[in-house]
Amino acid sequence: MSNKEQHKLEHPMDDLLRMDRIPHIWCPGCGLGSDVAAFADGLKKAEVNFDKVAVVSGIGCTGRVAGYIKLDSYHTTHGRAIPFATGIKLANRDLTVFVFSGDGDLFAIGGNHLIHAARRNLDINVICVNNFIYGMTGGQNAPTTPLGAYSSTAPFGNYEAPFNLVGITAAAGANYVARWTTVQARRLSQSIATAAKKKGFCFIEVVSPCATVFARKNKGGTGLDLMKEFRNRTVIDHKADPTQIPLTMDDEIVCGEFVNREDPTFWENVQNGIKDQVEKNADWEKIQSEKNKRLYKKTLKYEGSRDIG
Amino acid sequence: MIKKSKLRGEFFMQGDIACAEGAIAAGCRFFGGYPITPASEIAERMAYRLPLVDGAFIQYEDEIASMAGIIGASWAGAKPMTATSGPGISLMNENIGLGMMMETPCVVINVQRGSPSTGLPTSWGQADMMQARWGSHGDYGSISLSPNSPQEFFDLTIVAFNYAEKYRLPVFVVTDAVVGHMTEKVVIPPVEELDIIDRKYTNKKPADYRPYDPDDDLIPPFAKAGDGYRYHSTGLTHDERGYPVMSEECQRRCAKRLVDKIKKNADDIIITEEHDIEDADVVVVSYGISSRTVIPAMEKAKEKGVKVGFLRLVTVWPFPEKRIRELSKKVKGFVVAELNLGQVVLEVERCAAKHAETKLVGHPGGGMHKMDDIVNAILEVANE
Repeated sequence: MSNKEQHKLEHPMDDLLRMDRIPHIWCPGCGLGSDVAAFADGLKKAEVNFDKVAVVSGIGCTGRVAGYIKLDSYHTTHGRAIPFATGIKLANRDLTVFVFSGDGDLFAIGGNHLIHAARRNLDINVICVNNFIYGMTGGQNAPTTPLGAYSSTAPFGNYEAPFNLVGITAAAGANYVARWTTVQARRLSQSIATAAKKKGFCFIEVVSPCATVFARKNKGGTGLDLMKEFRNRTVIDHKADPTQIPLTMDDEIVCGEFVNREDPTFWENVQNGIKDQVEKNADWEKIQSEKNKRLYKKTLKYEGSRDIG
Repeated sequence: MIKKSKLRGEFFMQGDIACAEGAIAAGCRFFGGYPITPASEIAERMAYRLPLVDGAFIQYEDEIASMAGIIGASWAGAKPMTATSGPGISLMNENIGLGMMMETPCVVINVQRGSPSTGLPTSWGQADMMQARWGSHGDYGSISLSPNSPQEFFDLTIVAFNYAEKYRLPVFVVTDAVVGHMTEKVVIPPVEELDIIDRKYTNKKPADYRPYDPDDDLIPPFAKAGDGYRYHSTGLTHDERGYPVMSEECQRRCAKRLVDKIKKNADDIIITEEHDIEDADVVVVSYGISSRTVIPAMEKAKEKGVKVGFLRLVTVWPFPEKRIRELSKKVKGFVVAELNLGQVVLEVERCAAKHAETKLVGHPGGGMHKMDDIVNAILEVANE
């Protein structure tokens, strides 16, 4: 305990991490530690009130993030983090809501929720850690596994074309779309700070190393080797068309802030829609009562009243 | 924004609309749903009502999202509701389990239709009763209320919110297409006459708060997102701090309390309605819309000289075991009338097994019981 306490005083992320849950469950060489650090850093940069930030995760390796972050945090069901977060945001519009989950969770089982949340331009922020594989369950194929890559359910190489996450999200209507790798920790945290402040649906893909399963199946070396590879393959191009930059096994990883627009959010549209209605319906209650009374009298003539049960 | 309070007075109102008005009266300020016959009118009414009382309505992409959404809204402090029919409940069951595990107050309306699968979308049935009890995987106590009129649909929606808030779980109102679509007199009392219960919030400081530390009533006090408690909640087996712990001991504590909190409070939760039960030889057990066929059947059986009573289950789950056991020692037998091929009858049989006979008057749905079928069953049991 005293060691832990000492640690507590020293670490700059202490106020945002649950130190009583450390050590975490992630493997050596995993990118999630750095991704979480970038998240904490991003929140600090954004200077938001930490008491008003909620984090929601789904299931999987990245799904465990909520459990380590010392904010109001919810670890939900597989794929359902986004609709859960939507409920939080709409019930308390003062909160800043982040979804922190993985590629399988958000784009396979939760894919429908993601595109609809982007379409509605809900004011929530989604951080998607893309490690190209299902890590927690032992290395099965993901909707992001590059063509030809090996996984435990693609023993002869993956024959399914993967999703391009930034392309889908941009097309579905998000206000902000960015992609970084774990290597660009500072740019990533800046992106997270931007998302925290920005209205509308913000999506950040974080290409992240999975040393234990993805690298092993694909002879990618250690976590550090993958980080080096990411660094060498990364090209930063903010003007790139997000629909034209899929991720493959060998090509360049195009990173940047691809979409940054100011479309009205779901809630702004709701407010616009009801602006006139509120006044028009000022007498709503009275009108309804009158209408119902008339209707009720009319039917009583035919029905009579009868008590049942 | 102008806050429209609830309606009051006498109305000629459809069941589904009465349900929505009951929700508004109970303080519901979040609705997430997906269109489905015969429950869509509830969503339509909420879409109209909620924005005018500063609430939020969202039509989700499916029922899975709807259920996840109302749980999220509840954690942000809203009283939330969703409404659907059997096929929707099948999809919601995933997150109903999450709601049970996270102990989240919310209300789920099931306007039953003919089933299984797509079944009879515009027609009725009562074959989702066991699904309401056991639908999601795992052990948990659950509450289902079954109204038999638009008036009761209004009243029980309020009761469902009260139970959800008090016992911290998703509470079902399991009705059917007849009650949902029928239009009858509904009396909405003034707001001060309604008994509205709100969840118990913690009075501890954030540093001392443990989100799953129950009080003596087995219910942990609540803290909502944004209040500075910065707690964790998970669908994994968790300890009092809300942290996942993968041990047998923790699983026992965690799962057992979910069952015990309902068992222990069953007397408070169970509502039944009894007619002529004291000197009855035969007791008819029924609930929801089928209970309305029982009343005339009872009268007819009485004309034939049978002493018959009626036990209507307003609360179906938790099942009123105690009352059935008591009655089984006094009566010859039970007749269970329900619009399925034998679900709640299994519970009556279980509780009455040693002492009294149980007879099912089943019906696959899509129509109502013929009154004579119930009368004949009563006579058969009486004459055995």
